[in-house]
Amino acid sequence: MDREVSSSTLVARIRKEQRNATSFILDVSLEAPPGITILFGPSGAGKSTLLNCLAGLTCPDGGKIAIGESVLFDPDRRIDVRPQMRHIAYVFQSLSLFPHLTVEQNVAYGLASLTEEDRRARVGDTLQAFRIGDLRNQRPSQISGGEKQRTAMARSLVTNPRLLLLDEPLTGLDAELKAAIVEDLRAWNSEKRIPILYVTHSREEVDALGERVIAMDNGHVVSRGAPMDVLDAPRRKRLAQAAGFENLLSATVLDLREPDGVMRVRLSASACEIEIPLAHASPGDRVQIAIRAGDILLASQRPHGLSARNILEGKIHSLDQRGTIFVARVDCGVTFIAHVTPGAVRALELASEKQVWLVLKTHSCHLVG
Amino acid sequence: MNSLSLSFELAGCVAAILLLIGMPVAYWLAFSDWRGKFLLESVVALPLVLPPTVLGFYALLAMGPRGPLGKLWIALFGHGLAFTFTGLVFASVVYSFPFAVQPLIVSFEAVDRKLLEASAILGAGKWRTFRRVILPLSLPGMVTALVLSFAHTLGEFGVVLMVGGDLAGVTRTVSIDIYDRVQSLDYGEANRLALLLLAIAFSVLCVVYALNRRAWTPGWTRWTAK
Repeated sequence: MDREVSSSTLVARIRKEQRNATSFILDVSLEAPPGITILFGPSGAGKSTLLNCLAGLTCPDGGKIAIGESVLFDPDRRIDVRPQMRHIAYVFQSLSLFPHLTVEQNVAYGLASLTEEDRRARVGDTLQAFRIGDLRNQRPSQISGGEKQRTAMARSLVTNPRLLLLDEPLTGLDAELKAAIVEDLRAWNSEKRIPILYVTHSREEVDALGERVIAMDNGHVVSRGAPMDVLDAPRRKRLAQAAGFENLLSATVLDLREPDGVMRVRLSASACEIEIPLAHASPGDRVQIAIRAGDILLASQRPHGLSARNILEGKIHSLDQRGTIFVARVDCGVTFIAHVTPGAVRALELASEKQVWLVLKTHSCHLVG
Repeated sequence: MNSLSLSFELAGCVAAILLLIGMPVAYWLAFSDWRGKFLLESVVALPLVLPPTVLGFYALLAMGPRGPLGKLWIALFGHGLAFTFTGLVFASVVYSFPFAVQPLIVSFEAVDRKLLEASAILGAGKWRTFRRVILPLSLPGMVTALVLSFAHTLGEFGVVLMVGGDLAGVTRTVSIDIYDRVQSLDYGEANRLALLLLAIAFSVLCVVYALNRRAWTPGWTRWTAK
């Protein structure tokens, strides 16, 4: 179990057909160097299936998985290393701590091959690193959610894995606790330098962790790069929805204004014309545009003297409170969804049927493939 | 030896043996994905629906001097199996098999599969996973299996009569003793034994149901609660 810590890159090509479901095919190829790589995508994109294949819990139909020089799966060479021999750590969303064992026994579980003395030392260090030393004699049912997450993380990392798979391990924690756990994880990995694949469908977590992002949808990798590049310029509709683009509109390109770096489009089934960033398109092309509800400004009078190029007149169709924001549906020929604060609702006296103007910055309008 | 202690000895042996051989069978039935699994499941459940006399009849044939088991036994030990205590143990093991295997299957299947995957990923093979995760989490099921097979063996009549006959101190169990006493109009003694069996059966069922409802939670069942 104890081995040289290598700073090896995970290289995987995986094809897996889900036979029971409605013809879902996972077909991805990815590389994860040491450090955190985020797997982002809507639920059902195949992220968990991908992790299960990497861990050896699910057998892929084809492909190849290797960490550095060590091949874990290669059907051509009849290699399929069993999960218990892969030296991979995997923290499930369910955490799956052993309920009948204490925190300490949980953390020590993966160290069966060590001597009692070595085991105690390693467990002690890891409990310390994840700040759960005081809980060593508690059972999982006796500790809080955040402490469970730390325990699950410690149990996985104490084995010195070659690769760490995290399947939404921090859902349900508040932002502060999340940040603290992520910091501990980073500190741990600055020494070990292993690839960490972190699955999430939360945009916030991507922003907090962000080093590299691989975006998946419908079983395929649809884009990869820095978080800003991948998520703020979504090229796929479902990804756009997952990344929090509430407005997805189809439009037709009218003309390109290359010197200004913009193009004008007409939103389908309406007379609305807006200006969006220039892209490879020709007049007459049909395109999809994604706009965040939070990026749309509302005005109760026609605004003047603004830098924003797109000002659309419309009528409020409905106004619903969702927690601390109001969701306004505004009919401008097409319906836009805009988020406004309760204060703004009062100040502008917003209500159904009220006439309003929507203000959209050109670069808040993203082209979706 | 009186009939009551004979019955207890028989039930104790049978329950212990059933726990040992029931576990691998239950493990296989709970975790295998072989499509023909239903065949073994049906065989295991057979004693539930067969009349004890039918089971006893075939057991007697098998154990008789010309039956396969009887021949083997004579070759090994020089005497037959029928009408002996060991013969009773054999037949009772078959007769009470489902009462041990069913609770074990149920409790093995109730163990969260994610825990088994977590165990594998942490480097544990099947045997270690069974020992460290499945077994401790199945303790209530094991107690149920033990208690039910004990109680069921204690109360059997038909199979014992067919295989063991009615030899005092050798194969005369308490249920047969009660029958004998009723036949000889010794209602007092019959009543005493019957009441004792009733009390035992009731307390055994109380233990089983309390365990499964977690009415009381001793240390080792507390953490199996979700």
